[in-house]
Amino acid sequence: MSAVSQVEVHEHSEHAHEEHHELGFIRKYIFSEDHKVIAKQYLISGIVWALLGAFMSVVFRLQLGFPDMDMAWMKPFLGDWISLDDKGLGKLDPNFYLALVTMHGTIMVFFVLTAGLSGTFSNFLIPLQIGARDMASGFMNMLSYWIFFISSVIMFISLFIKTGPAGGSWVIYPPLSALKEANPGSGDGMTLWLVAMALFIVSSLLGGINYVTTVINLRTKGMSMDKLPLTIWAFTFTAVLGILSFPVLLSAALLLIFDRSFGTSFYLSDIYINGQALPNQGGSPILFQHLFWFLGHPEVYIVILPALGLTSEIIATNSRKPIFGYKAMIFSMAGIMFLAFIVWAHHMFVTGMNPFLGSVFMLLTLIIAVPSAVKGFNYITTLWKGNIIFTPAMLFAIGLVSFFISGGLTGIILGNSALDIQLHDTYFVVAHFHLVMGSAAIFGMLAGVYHWFPKMFGRMMNNAMGYIHFWITFIGVYLVFFPMHYIGIAGFPRRYYQWSGFETFNTYMDLNAFITIAAIITVFAQMVFIFNFVYSIFWGKKASANPWKSNTLEWTTPINPGHGNWPGEIPTVYRWPYDYSKPGAPDDFIPQNIPFSATPESNLPEENELIEKEKEINSIKFDTSLHD
Amino acid sequence: MTLLIAILSILFIVLTVMVVSKTQAILKGLTKSEVEESEYLGAPDKFNSANGVGLFAFWIISIIGIVWSFIAYKKDFLPEASSVHGKETDYWFWVSMIVIMIGFFIVNTFLFLFSYLYRHNKNRKVTFYTHNNNLEIIWTTVPAIVMAGLVFSGLRVWTKITSEAPANAEQIDIMGKQFGWTVRYAGVDDNTFGKYNYKLMDDAGGNPMGVDFSDPNSFDDFANASEMHIPKGKPVLLKIRARDVLHSVFIPHMRVKMDAVPGMPTKFWFVADKSTEEMRSELGKPEFNYEIACTEICGRSHFGMKLLLVVDEPADYEKWKKSQKPLLTENPDLLTKVPDNLKAKAQKYVASDEPAVEAVPEVVASSVLGNSSKVLK
Repeated sequence: MSAVSQVEVHEHSEHAHEEHHELGFIRKYIFSEDHKVIAKQYLISGIVWALLGAFMSVVFRLQLGFPDMDMAWMKPFLGDWISLDDKGLGKLDPNFYLALVTMHGTIMVFFVLTAGLSGTFSNFLIPLQIGARDMASGFMNMLSYWIFFISSVIMFISLFIKTGPAGGSWVIYPPLSALKEANPGSGDGMTLWLVAMALFIVSSLLGGINYVTTVINLRTKGMSMDKLPLTIWAFTFTAVLGILSFPVLLSAALLLIFDRSFGTSFYLSDIYINGQALPNQGGSPILFQHLFWFLGHPEVYIVILPALGLTSEIIATNSRKPIFGYKAMIFSMAGIMFLAFIVWAHHMFVTGMNPFLGSVFMLLTLIIAVPSAVKGFNYITTLWKGNIIFTPAMLFAIGLVSFFISGGLTGIILGNSALDIQLHDTYFVVAHFHLVMGSAAIFGMLAGVYHWFPKMFGRMMNNAMGYIHFWITFIGVYLVFFPMHYIGIAGFPRRYYQWSGFETFNTYMDLNAFITIAAIITVFAQMVFIFNFVYSIFWGKKASANPWKSNTLEWTTPINPGHGNWPGEIPTVYRWPYDYSKPGAPDDFIPQNIPFSATPESNLPEENELIEKEKEINSIKFDTSLHD
Repeated sequence: MTLLIAILSILFIVLTVMVVSKTQAILKGLTKSEVEESEYLGAPDKFNSANGVGLFAFWIISIIGIVWSFIAYKKDFLPEASSVHGKETDYWFWVSMIVIMIGFFIVNTFLFLFSYLYRHNKNRKVTFYTHNNNLEIIWTTVPAIVMAGLVFSGLRVWTKITSEAPANAEQIDIMGKQFGWTVRYAGVDDNTFGKYNYKLMDDAGGNPMGVDFSDPNSFDDFANASEMHIPKGKPVLLKIRARDVLHSVFIPHMRVKMDAVPGMPTKFWFVADKSTEEMRSELGKPEFNYEIACTEICGRSHFGMKLLLVVDEPADYEKWKKSQKPLLTENPDLLTKVPDNLKAKAQKYVASDEPAVEAVPEVVASSVLGNSSKVLK
């Protein structure tokens, strides 16, 4: 391609550009190969799932906070899952309670915080921030979304079958999930769960391979790896984690399918159920747990790393200050990614696994706290002596940092196998991960939506509603999950329909009721966001091209970037993305595409030397056209 | 409750309507002015300071709330430890808790304080400060050292807890099933467990634990599905198994938790150091009982898998054991499972009314069978 002159390349891209304008509605908005459209598809799917998952939590929180409540009023939409006693009092079916907990976990972890978060922002930001026309393979990208969509449909259908959706909790440990006799949720609901997750994994792999390929191959001129925004680093590490760990979940699921349907004994041994001894022998339920958590633990980083990446960008932009310790941030993310693969068995300290393994995993687990702490400190130092603009995105980013710290710290206790004996599978764990990965990641996602909304839809979201949304959600989340630690320290086990059967757990009714009320308020506060989101898409204030005065490349595109992102040539990158408030510069930001030769007044000595290299960068010739 | 939800939803609808109307009013004012390509729409608005101050105020109120709620709810934290290792893990729990609370307060304070101090001000000059390797090294090393300290204390305790049980430990076979626990004792005559096999399990035939009655060691074994007795001050080794799905033995007061896995027996040993009676008088609750719960999701009645735990003084414990009826006595039909050559030995447990018969075979049982293979070890 080096033989082709710059002009020719340019013409070619223009040509390709026009061709795509002739696409019909279906190719443009439904089976689209444009990364921006796919990102919006992921975002909207994610929001729909998040609402469903949140409402499920309201139903089971009502059960936990008010176990004596009459739930007959939910009969119109829950049907037979509400059973009426002879006095006409409605009670939630305990099996359905388990199904709700299971689906809440599955939906939130996979469909919202993996697909909705990575799917949206990796797709949207990777090409825009590295300066590419689109993903490496638009077709694979489209396939990725539509396979995710089919997976969603299957998971959604499972909610409506007679025996209910999967009910063995989101970790689906066999034998419970393998034996239909053990639990109604282990019947057809479980089959659909497994099929949906298998498709989900395919979708996630198609997406992940695309992200990594795009970042490696399609960076614009001058965009060396050390000039990538931290968002891109985060998305890349996330994709690598997914590519290496999701296949293991697929194999775990596959073996479970074999055990369920073809009579194999990978996970089953010595079982007597329903008055019958099963023939299966020699399998190990612990094997499943190892395979599951080999994905399951990286999965929590798959969820949190993109959120941290988005936060880095938002905090730097709105503090009007470079992110502190850019390289330290990259190294800590790399460290987290590497360690994420070798800490999985800390979920299994008390499963009967060899205690020596427990010691090893405890050591590795507590090491991972170090890079996480470094990230937190760097965020805070970024704020120091900044000039902070509290946009809704910035508020959510600060909320994320707070949750990440507060929730991460309790991980130090849980990662200690001796202390984990008492706390394992209690509400302490629930509180811990809902803060550090659940709420933190959701806040990252919300921050991302507020921040990049202008580039996605060409309009601004309403700030006042954003503030209301933030304050209710932020306070609400702490009110829900902080007291939950207390319940956990008191020993309350997870996945209990009610606790009143035990004298030991027959306290804290007031705290449970309080948490439920806080949760309901928090969930309903999300309606403010939904309204703001939908309203702003159509009637929001028109955005400008770079409303936040941000440095990264996506803000050099037009207000509504078309297919191919930049109408003309893709901008060339000369500097890192965090030149905010540089001394000597007239403005408090210098976008990445401004050469050092244009800013002699603010260049650092070593940057003046880089001016020489600009010609070199300019003479690079890439073929940036779109291939069909 | 319904009322509460109704009120809340009305509140939110009203709130939303208010916000919407307000927004529209603002928007109407704005649509007139054309948006310029380069307009700085993200400029700090009039709420900027309020948000910055708000974050710090939130933190101050949070500190008060945390301290108050901690004091108010402390009494039910970590229910009184009644085992030797439990006191040690509790100690380290609180040490770790203090360490992380210090971290929690310091780091969050900086976060919210900086949000307040550096809220936007037109006249402020931002410090262009990109990195400081010394700082990075410091805040990598300090957590690393603290972690190392916690890891080594944890490792020491963990190794002790998971070490081999002492030889004199009282062994109890505890089996989880949907939805309950059954415990089995080795019996007072030979103090050795009979073998078990899941293929022999038979609820209808009165053998839910699959005890193998072709093994004479099982003749004096007795079981209980409503309470487990253990002696105070003596090591107790739980031999844990499950027969259908995963369960997990959780004894909150003893700081004991271990999964019960079908096909893979697990174990946990501990020393209870407070009897039920002592605990009752200490707590001033004459009704108090230790409880065993299940903490691995196992189906519909997961939340109801309760077994009472009674910690006896050693002498009372021995007395209790003697008063328990062996499985064969409880269910004489099981005699049909005993092979013919052992029927004579088994007969005494079925016809236990005659004291003379009881005394003689006891000697035989302990001398002949006492050294036979210890099945469960």
